[in-house]
Amino acid sequence: MLQLQYFLVLAAALFCIGIYGLITSRNAVRVLMSIELMLNAVNLNLMGFSNYTDPTEIKGQVFTIFVIAIAAAEAAVGLAIVLAIYRNRDTVDMEQFNLLKW
Amino acid sequence: MQIAEGVQLVTFAILSILMLGAALGVVLFANIVYSAFLLGGVFISMAGIYILLNADFVSAAQILVYVGAVNVLILFAIMLVNKREEFKPLKNGWLRQGSTAVVCGGLFALLSAVSIVTPWSISTVSPLSSSVVPIAKHFFTDFLLPFELASILLLMSMVGAIILARRDFLPDDVGATSTQDSLTLPERPRELAGK
Repeated sequence: MLQLQYFLVLAAALFCIGIYGLITSRNAVRVLMSIELMLNAVNLNLMGFSNYTDPTEIKGQVFTIFVIAIAAAEAAVGLAIVLAIYRNRDTVDMEQFNLLKW
Repeated sequence: MQIAEGVQLVTFAILSILMLGAALGVVLFANIVYSAFLLGGVFISMAGIYILLNADFVSAAQILVYVGAVNVLILFAIMLVNKREEFKPLKNGWLRQGSTAVVCGGLFALLSAVSIVTPWSISTVSPLSSSVVPIAKHFFTDFLLPFELASILLLMSMVGAIILARRDFLPDDVGATSTQDSLTLPERPRELAGK
């Protein structure tokens, strides 16, 4: 029988991969992909709890749908920002976006 | 609907291996186009895991929104930002990556330990046969205000993305563009060929 713990450990692994990509990647588009990975890990947590601890009300699934909608909006705005920065600085290297660096 | 437990376990193993492998590929591949397509693999295997969790509607929404919209959007962004550039290696880059890997491994160990040790209050009620009707009831009763706010947020982000991504107009050229249609915004003339 599948346990809740399997899903939680899988979500933790996905979240940690997302954090690793978020910090180490140089390409700005890949940073956005890592953010999507982390949002998916959170969604998996919500869905696991919704199925195993609240199988009649399934409020976790409603939360997951809200997270999906907001993730889509975030991806659109984030990619537009990346495009604007690319036009401005002519690069997508995260290490060269240092206008606010002290 | 309940499928046999052995089948569930094997399906979960296959889907999780696919998902973790594709996620590692997203992070580690040097070519970003491979990363974008592997991200679609992550989303599809995530939809399969949602089906294992008795969530048919969210699984369909995952495929429609993530694979159909977000992944295509990312591919378009890669095409628009199609600059092949060699990133200059940082000094102490290996130190940064190594310390990040150590921190992420520690975080993973902590999260898994917590999720395994904690005695979750597992409900013994058998899950619903279909999740569409309860989700719709939630949306139109107790989650009505967030639902409408989400639609406003989607509209705002759409307009904001268009405003951010369009070419900015030239300030000294505004007066000259008054002859064109009132419905078109003035913008910088586009360069036809890439640099």
